[in-house]
Amino acid sequence: METLERIIAEHPFFAGLDAQYTNLLVGCASNVRFDAGVYIFKEGQEANEFYLIRHGRVALEIFAPQRKPTIIETLGEGEILGWSWLLPPYQWRFHARAVEQTRAIALDGRCLRTKCEENHDLGYELLKRFAKIIERRLEATRLQLMDVYAAD
Amino acid sequence: MAVAKQQEGVIASNELGTLIAALLRREYEVIGPVVRDGAIVYDSIESTKDLPAGWTDEQEPGRYRLKRREDGALFGYAVGPQSWKKYLHPANIRLWSAERENGTFRILNQEPRPKKRYAFVGVRSCDLAAIGVQDRVLLEDRHQDPIYAGRRDGVFIVAVHCIHSVSTCFCASMGTGPRVRAGYDLALTELLDNGDHRFLVQIGSEAGREVLAELGQREATDEDRQLAQAAVDGAAAAQVRRMDTTNIRELLYSNFEHPRWGNVAERCLACTNCTLVCPTCFCTTVEDTSDLSGDHAERWRRLDSCFTLDFSYIHGGNVRASTKARYRQWMTHKLASWIDQFGSSGCVGCGRCITWCPVGIDITEELEAIRGTVANGNT
Amino acid sequence: MLRIEPRELSNPMAPVPYAVRSVSRETSDTFTLVLQPQNGSLIGSFEPGQFGMLWSFGVGEVPISMSGDTDDASRMVYTVRSVGQASRALVSARSGASVGVRGPFGTSWPVDAARGRDVIIVAGGVGLAPVRPIIYRVLRNRTDYGRLIILYGTRRPQDLLFRKELALWPRQPDTQVLTTVDSGRQGWRGRVGVVTTLFRYAKFRPDRSVAMVCGPEIMMRFAARELEAQGVATSDIYLSMERNMKCAVGFCGHCQWGPHFICKDGPVFPYDRIRPLLERHEL
Repeated sequence: METLERIIAEHPFFAGLDAQYTNLLVGCASNVRFDAGVYIFKEGQEANEFYLIRHGRVALEIFAPQRKPTIIETLGEGEILGWSWLLPPYQWRFHARAVEQTRAIALDGRCLRTKCEENHDLGYELLKRFAKIIERRLEATRLQLMDVYAAD
Repeated sequence: MAVAKQQEGVIASNELGTLIAALLRREYEVIGPVVRDGAIVYDSIESTKDLPAGWTDEQEPGRYRLKRREDGALFGYAVGPQSWKKYLHPANIRLWSAERENGTFRILNQEPRPKKRYAFVGVRSCDLAAIGVQDRVLLEDRHQDPIYAGRRDGVFIVAVHCIHSVSTCFCASMGTGPRVRAGYDLALTELLDNGDHRFLVQIGSEAGREVLAELGQREATDEDRQLAQAAVDGAAAAQVRRMDTTNIRELLYSNFEHPRWGNVAERCLACTNCTLVCPTCFCTTVEDTSDLSGDHAERWRRLDSCFTLDFSYIHGGNVRASTKARYRQWMTHKLASWIDQFGSSGCVGCGRCITWCPVGIDITEELEAIRGTVANGNT
Repeated sequence: MLRIEPRELSNPMAPVPYAVRSVSRETSDTFTLVLQPQNGSLIGSFEPGQFGMLWSFGVGEVPISMSGDTDDASRMVYTVRSVGQASRALVSARSGASVGVRGPFGTSWPVDAARGRDVIIVAGGVGLAPVRPIIYRVLRNRTDYGRLIILYGTRRPQDLLFRKELALWPRQPDTQVLTTVDSGRQGWRGRVGVVTTLFRYAKFRPDRSVAMVCGPEIMMRFAARELEAQGVATSDIYLSMERNMKCAVGFCGHCQWGPHFICKDGPVFPYDRIRPLLERHEL
């Protein structure tokens, strides 16, 4: 059975991170599991953690009045869920629901936030990596916005 | 030892009437230049009386005027708004009709060939080059256009070397004139020699030789040839516009974003005149129709223009929505893409697009502007 | 004087009647037509990627790619999205009615050249239809090819085409099918996100792959970039382009895209040849 340490050290998202920071992250990490249908977090709640999905599928949802809830994105194995913990106001923007049974590593965002303020090098390393994710999600979202399959 | 066959002759100007009669006798539909509504256009002719004797023209960007000339020349003008595509690539023609029967349908009477073959009298070098360009597009590519083939087959061409250029001509710089090179049955140079009005005739084919043999003629002398040479050289020298086609393909392909396109778009009305008068523009569209009973359908083809908004329509919108994109498409296609598609320029330097543009856009000037040799700004 | 030898036996602009065997609905606006020769008259066989001009009597013609098994000469299958007058008339045809067909036209997918390699198919929306003949041919000759990867995205779950086959294909050896939608309702348990997000799950070997991409132009542009970023050579990526078409035989001029006539130089193009054109707005 793989240890948290090995998983985090070997995950592409954390590649190139200094060993002391990896240890730090391990210190903030724990295994979690969500049954199908369970809400991992909800819009408006305080964002204090992020997740490294190891198995399963998570749907990001938006609710609007008069409209049925819409899934705007799904994330699967190996993907990072949640960046709202990193920047104020530290609030989730969407609902996240496990579509099927999902196992993940949860990282304590609140603890990491404090450590990033103390150690800007760590902060920069994490910010670089999250910026990359946000960039890719933005590009994909813009494509979704274009509604390319519409007839007109 | 084979005797060299006769290649030239000289005929008196009124023998042109005998030439037309000889063609009519051979059951050709003879087409030539006539004056109508203040312009020289093409129509059926029966004798030299139908030709624009003693007429000449002045052409500028956006301007065309006929004027009288004193010497009674029969071909003393440049080209008018029409070209031979009026006959070879008709503007509106039915492709076929169909009838419903027994739960299926049957295609009937696909457009037949015209009953008579054409004889074109007075084909200028630019237009002869244009016919060659359209031959390449409509006969020699993946498919053969049966309508063009049916009309083009066996056309008798009496070409005329130009002795008069207008300011919009630039065939000399395009290498397409004013001297006719090949592709004719007979080629004429009109000699207006102090009242001894005659034509130097060159033979271009056996069919031409046969027809010339029926005309009263004499041998050509060196003097005839020198006069002819000087007249045509004079027309070439008189041309004030030129197009520099050096690296034109690369030039236009790499200047897709040149500010000049925006500049010309401010002037262009997208009126499609240029594509109508251009002798090489070939784009068409197809229209399907049906009658009220729904049992009879027809498919028609008509000339179209890349300047129309919906020329490039696909579901969702028009690809070339702006006038800028459409002007750029037309000019780039004509001068550059054509080379990739068909092995030569699509432009023959006839200058019609300059004369007949209502705002006087000059394709030679636009090209120079993109080359950067013209101060970027207004005309 | 030019004398011309007539080259063609038949008029390339005259359609041949085919009988509608069936019209089945795939989604709210997309239907599949199965046609059979009528009166024994046949047009040439199609290769995957080629298209026909389908004519509804007296209404109009539309270019439609073959979407069935191109190796089956007894029928022709076309999947049509009803977006205008002519396509609407086609999908409303009754069984037994006559539809005019001209073709085959255009360049085809390099299916045979892909033998021995991994085949990556990236499709969007109704774009799954023109690539389905590739899938049929690969599956019919399974051992001649490496891995088969199908990446497919549409707008919503109800817009997915060929759902039964999408479920069956992954059961074939070495075959991976990944689907996604741009947005989904709460009950949807599949993926949500643009089709490029599927690449991280696709198991192919970039140095021995051939990719064939079909869908809206923007989608193809992003998919091709992603394929290139993953290590597939630009000469091994193929796109199926689309423009206004009236004649399909290179005469009407409408389908021109830069120097290319989509009807005869395309619709299938290798990405390395067209990449600069894709970036040009209003070309």
